[in-house]
Amino acid sequence: MEAVVIPMEHGLALAAVLFSIGLVGVMVRRNIILILMSVEVMLNACGLAFIVAGARWSEPDGQIMFMLILSIAAAEVAVGLGLLLQIHRRVGSIDVDETSRLRG
Amino acid sequence: MTIELFLFYMAATVALVSTILALTRYNATHALIYLIISLLASAIIFYLVGAPFAAVLEVVIYAGAIMVLFVFVVMMLNLGSSEDDQEHQWLKPGMWLFPALLCLILFLEMVYVLSVPPHALSGVVITPKEVGIKLYGPYILAVEIAAMLLLAGLIGAYHLGRRYLVDARKQR
Repeated sequence: MEAVVIPMEHGLALAAVLFSIGLVGVMVRRNIILILMSVEVMLNACGLAFIVAGARWSEPDGQIMFMLILSIAAAEVAVGLGLLLQIHRRVGSIDVDETSRLRG
Repeated sequence: MTIELFLFYMAATVALVSTILALTRYNATHALIYLIISLLASAIIFYLVGAPFAAVLEVVIYAGAIMVLFVFVVMMLNLGSSEDDQEHQWLKPGMWLFPALLCLILFLEMVYVLSVPPHALSGVVITPKEVGIKLYGPYILAVEIAAMLLLAGLIGAYHLGRRYLVDARKQR
């Protein structure tokens, strides 16, 4: 059994950079659609890290974790887009700064 | 540098560039196009490290189902300026030229990757059969928790999507 040719460190570094881009996107963007997309990028980066680590030890556990992340992402995006539609109906805008009534 | 490493770094570059471009767009539709390209690049990386089943799931569920939900909502909200202006913008060549170039790189990689036997690329390929045996063996509890999570998501989305939540509030 030969080793995986792609180094695990580079895959993990790619996942870390993608996660950081998503995190910066969540903090910087004020459009709710773009914030949800940034969350998707972060979840995808987590899945990438799991897959690369699973491939390093050639175990299927990484892919199973990726499938669980996939179901989390699906549930998250369904609820998030439902919330987005409600906010658009009530506030008439999808800017998160417009919906700051909870701030107190 | 071997061809596998070159393909990996190429796909990684495409993923990084398209993700950065996706999260810096002002137009949500353009951002979605770049995000779909980023997910396709991730799928290529999954295939290269020996996880073909995860690559298929990435394309079918992430780039296929979840992104279509986003497209659906963006089209439903009909944001931004008037439609004529928007369509005029969409048809400008600069808007689709760069995404098409990134897609072309990924497509060429896919054609190459599918034309060689899978064992030549990565050392060990984890087949869907192994994943399935492990998923419905030691991980059966995780499958049931994921099922409950999806049910909760379904009920939540159904509840939030109802129109009369707003109507009842207006009547008060």
